[in-house]
Amino acid sequence: MAVSTPTRSAVRPAPRAGGPRRSVDRPNWAAGALSLVWLAVVGFPLLLLVIWSLTDRRDYQRNGPLALPDGIAWANISQVFEARFGTYMLNTFTVTAGSILLTLALALPAAYAIVRSRSWAASLSFRMFLLGLAIPAQAVIVPVYLIITRLELYDTLRAVILPTVAFNLPLVVLILSGSLRDVSRELYEAMTVDGAGPFRIFWKLVLPMSRGSISTVGIFVGLNAWNGFIFPLILTQDLNNRVVALGLWHYQGQYAVNVPGLMMAVLLSTLPIFLLYLFARRWLIAGLAGVGGK
Amino acid sequence: MTPGAGGDRAPRPGAVYVLPAALFFAFFAVLPLVLVALLSFTEWTGIGDPRFIGTDNWTRLAGDPLVLTSTRTTLLLMLFAWAAQTALALPLGVWAAGRQRNRAVLSAIFFLPLLLSSAAIALMWKSMLDPNFGVAAVVGPWIGVPDGNLIGTPRGALICIIITVTWQFVPFHTLLYQGAARNIPAVLYDAARMDGANRWQSFLRVTLPQLRNTIVTSSVLMLVGSLTYFETILLLTGGGPGDSTYVLPFLMYQAAFERSEMGYAAAIATGLVLLGTLLSLAIVRFSGFSRMRSTLEGM
Repeated sequence: MAVSTPTRSAVRPAPRAGGPRRSVDRPNWAAGALSLVWLAVVGFPLLLLVIWSLTDRRDYQRNGPLALPDGIAWANISQVFEARFGTYMLNTFTVTAGSILLTLALALPAAYAIVRSRSWAASLSFRMFLLGLAIPAQAVIVPVYLIITRLELYDTLRAVILPTVAFNLPLVVLILSGSLRDVSRELYEAMTVDGAGPFRIFWKLVLPMSRGSISTVGIFVGLNAWNGFIFPLILTQDLNNRVVALGLWHYQGQYAVNVPGLMMAVLLSTLPIFLLYLFARRWLIAGLAGVGGK
Repeated sequence: MTPGAGGDRAPRPGAVYVLPAALFFAFFAVLPLVLVALLSFTEWTGIGDPRFIGTDNWTRLAGDPLVLTSTRTTLLLMLFAWAAQTALALPLGVWAAGRQRNRAVLSAIFFLPLLLSSAAIALMWKSMLDPNFGVAAVVGPWIGVPDGNLIGTPRGALICIIITVTWQFVPFHTLLYQGAARNIPAVLYDAARMDGANRWQSFLRVTLPQLRNTIVTSSVLMLVGSLTYFETILLLTGGGPGDSTYVLPFLMYQAAFERSEMGYAAAIATGLVLLGTLLSLAIVRFSGFSRMRSTLEGM
């Protein structure tokens, strides 16, 4: 298995990988059929999710789960927002933005050093991040709780951001350093001609060159932060510090018989990400695929 | 040509560039790993200071019947979820790497579950599986569950969890396989075709061997990932009916944050870390994954 992988362009993920295309053009009926079945499996629940969100709650109980709604029940939306959904969304935005910024601020210089530095600290850190990939966040919630309470950060949004960033760091550093390796030596050489120091090289060369992977990694971290559940669960308490994922769980208790209300909350909690997906799908997919490619 | 290990004369960044990230990670991820092992020898309610009690937590762990059932459920889930996900993700990924028309549209829909949080997915499936108001009430009678209570029996609840996590994670693994299948050199397929191989044979002789590393990577991620199906279980079954869907992370969460037995929870967590590490090592050794390290050594 010594197939040299073609270097992925770090600047712009191509819509189709530049690798060799298969010249086999026979239609593959078996796999095609499987993918259609899977399409139904993926699509059906999501379709129901949308339909139920728009169904009046009394209609839902009367007509059963497979009926189409008579009209759009806008009341579901106002109901969800009356239940503090707006606060939860705002908190989630804060946690997501904070996590993305802090992760990038830490990971970019680190990736630059890992690729270019000759200090032992850089190679040791690289090994630590490699091994760190395998640390399961779930298994260390007790000591994380201990650390956060000792820092007197319990029940703040910062308490959620810190471990979220930590557990995203290894992968982000690895992806960024992977893309930085593609920056050719001549470019560094060219920078030195006018006497640039390491910081100026970082600012003028490394950052612009990793634009593509920065957005990829940013989306990746953002997705994890947005959907994170376990850190908010154990590190926050107050209603005013609640994030959406946690809010959904509490709605489930309140809305035991109001399926449409709950589904509307689920739908709204995903809406920002879905919009992002519409506009930045290629980055997102490239980022996720980069995880397995490295 | 080793990138990075350059002969260029550009100035190199010092350790100061890597230290913030390294120290941050060490403090919030590596330190907890050490602490969790230490805490497993203490008694701590979450308030005040942990008190050293020797191996009490560990003897209790060894004699706890719930730990035994949870471990069994954890392993069962791991195995079935891995089988279901791989059986779907591998062919789907290979198919999506091809050049069919409409592939872009289909792929866009395939990956939608990636956007939803575990919490959202678990609640969506819970509503669908609700025996009174959900789809289960309609579908149940067709598949031999007249009362629609699929999720109300130990075996049914386990199947529901497997369905939910498969729905959630197949898209990601499809992506991995798709990326890998695209990198298989076309010439191999041409050669197989010249030798008169039909599609199935070239799948067996070309695609599968070429995807070997990806199968290992994906399997490690699935198996280790299955140790963390905590959210799904908390929201979907709550460990029920009875204690039939208790898994180790769920047991640990309950011990720590519902019964305030932080020390005992730390012992369960340490066991979980050991299990995960052993698992990864076993897969890596067993599959010759270590030979793949060469791709990582571009230092």
